[in-house]
Amino acid sequence: MSSTTADLLHDDHHDKPRGLKRWLFTTNHKDIGTLYLWFSLVMFFIGGTMALIIRTELFQPGLQLVDPQFFNSMTTMHALIMIFGAVMPAFVGLANWMIPMMIGAPDMALPRLNNWSFWILPFAFALLLSTLFMPGGAPAAGWTMYAPLVLQTGDAFPFLIFSIHLMGVSSVMGAINVIATILNMRAPGMTLMRMPLFVWTWLITAFLLIAVIPVLAGAVTMLLTDKYAGTAFFNPAGGGDPVLYQHIFWFFGHPEVYILILPAFGVMSQIIPTFARKPLFGYASMVYASCAIAFLSFIVWAHHMFTVGMPLSGELFFMLATMMIAVPTGVKVFNWVATMWRGSMTFETPMLFAVAFVILFTIGGFSGLMLAITPADFQYHDTYFVVAHFHYVLVPGAIFGIIAGVYYWLPKWTGRRYSEFWGKVHFWLSFVFLNVTFFPMHFVGLAGMPRRIPDYALQFAEFNMVSSIGAFGFGLAQLVFLGVVVHAVWFSKEKADAKVWEGAHGLEWTVPSPAPYHTFSTPPDPRLMTTEAHS
Amino acid sequence: MNPRAPVRTALKLLAMTAAMFGFGYALVPLYDVICDITGLNGKTGRIEQAAAEAQGPDTSRSVTVRFVTSVNAGGAWRFEPAVPSMTVHPGGVYQAVFVAENTRPRAVVGQAVPSVVPREGSLYFKKTECFCFTRQPFAAGERRELPVRFVVDRRLPEHIDTLVLSYTFFDVTPDEGSS
Ligand SMILES: [Cu+2]
Repeated sequence: MSSTTADLLHDDHHDKPRGLKRWLFTTNHKDIGTLYLWFSLVMFFIGGTMALIIRTELFQPGLQLVDPQFFNSMTTMHALIMIFGAVMPAFVGLANWMIPMMIGAPDMALPRLNNWSFWILPFAFALLLSTLFMPGGAPAAGWTMYAPLVLQTGDAFPFLIFSIHLMGVSSVMGAINVIATILNMRAPGMTLMRMPLFVWTWLITAFLLIAVIPVLAGAVTMLLTDKYAGTAFFNPAGGGDPVLYQHIFWFFGHPEVYILILPAFGVMSQIIPTFARKPLFGYASMVYASCAIAFLSFIVWAHHMFTVGMPLSGELFFMLATMMIAVPTGVKVFNWVATMWRGSMTFETPMLFAVAFVILFTIGGFSGLMLAITPADFQYHDTYFVVAHFHYVLVPGAIFGIIAGVYYWLPKWTGRRYSEFWGKVHFWLSFVFLNVTFFPMHFVGLAGMPRRIPDYALQFAEFNMVSSIGAFGFGLAQLVFLGVVVHAVWFSKEKADAKVWEGAHGLEWTVPSPAPYHTFSTPPDPRLMTTEAHS
Repeated sequence: MNPRAPVRTALKLLAMTAAMFGFGYALVPLYDVICDITGLNGKTGRIEQAAAEAQGPDTSRSVTVRFVTSVNAGGAWRFEPAVPSMTVHPGGVYQAVFVAENTRPRAVVGQAVPSVVPREGSLYFKKTECFCFTRQPFAAGERRELPVRFVVDRRLPEHIDTLVLSYTFFDVTPDEGSS
């Protein structure tokens, strides 16, 4: 695209305002990416604090620290904040920073929309967090907001619903922008099958967002009208059915878990080839596997509700469809391992997180397969085994994916190298304490400890104590992360060159570090775009 | 690239968003249809009196119909079947009686919601008349007999010899309707 059309599409900030105004009115993809990433980090620590309140209460059996209602608020809010406040905005931040640079575009396709979609978020989470101080307390019915329990929420209820609406509007606008950018703004020569995998997985994620976030918005709107407008979607007395809520919610909920993990798959597919110094193994199969996962995610939702009383044929269908997801996911794990196979590997911090991702995410995938087996699920349902499973796919999956991406691209953003030593300290502490926290949950879950309870039977005491110690260790490790990031952004003296990593390939590494405020105002040389297609 | 192209893409995606919001609502009637077809949730069918009587009882077979009652949270009735179970012939029309007593010192309105297990059998359980078809107003302390006339379809699968018919009473008194 020519520079004249670039001028048409976004304001040129050669005299960009300074201070607060710069950030409030910015339409620059790098600024907005930065805003998203900082916002996500703040939410990560707020959600983490809630997790530590949960683990402190569970350190010993009995009720010590908080009352049960508040405990339930903590599990509910921890989930909502981590999912919608930490993980999703972090990936949108990475998308904002990297997608234009990876496809040779000067900016996102719809810069003003981009500004909106970020600035809605602080309002959404201010609404959600304000419920902590309301009569009746914060929402405590679980992040899944099952009717009829959630209808007992106090004054917080409409605030919960509206904050979900706002988060949804923000995500959908972000997704529209990502798709519009990828489909229209690629530099000449950047064909779809030459796009870096991070761009591919984000394209698929964005379509998932557009397909399911509106369904969630509909579900919570039905809750709202059930409570205040006399409708009876989920109220049997008026001809409704609470089980219907679960179907609608999980129609959103299962694709949502791929929204949380597909961009991390993309990040892994960038990092592993760089540090294995080999092209990604099976590029095309990675693309097709991602599409297959996205398609399958729409037909497996009822595996979250095997125990509601479904016809046997339904249980069989959802069990088998769920297990089928292991095939494309297995293709991905195979390709990552094959990329590392006989590579000249080095283990800088991003690669450490990437290798841990491959191993630990696979463990989470396997426990997911166990949960997919309908008869077994009747025992595991709503126990700590489920908690162990989804934390194994979300913490070393989504969160490690984000952290690995941040370490990988941080020198490109700041122009300075982060402290490799402290990065590795952060990794090893995270790796060890993550397992200390979540591995024992498999055992207490299999032994029957239910989730979302502030007190538990005595035989679970030891493992819970171990989990709680691990949680504090993991929380502490993230303060190291904060230190590394702050150091790299403001204090590091070590300059990074354009390529940053010896084995790095891709357009983002052809621009100087730090990346200038405007990149690719003129499209890059198509000969630079050979990285992915050669594999 | 045409500078309007991103906007056109965005508008298409916006239309998709709106369609998916509608799809969420479309799941509601879709779910009802699937429940009707599969008997999910034990929703029971309705049949005209004449059509029910036309079947004629199959005296070679007997099916036990058990009655279960409960009162949903917030309601205050004493609610019981007159007899705990009945033995019926498929195809015959029978009447069962439930007794409900409002234990509150004020008028209330109730709505009974039926359900039949096993799920497979619920497809063959049809009612010609039921107190669950309409809302039931009660005066303070009123005690009333509530009849239901039903027929078990002759096509009920052979392996089913017992059906459980349950009613849950919900308080739908207008003031408290939303709670
Ligand atoms: Cu799922």
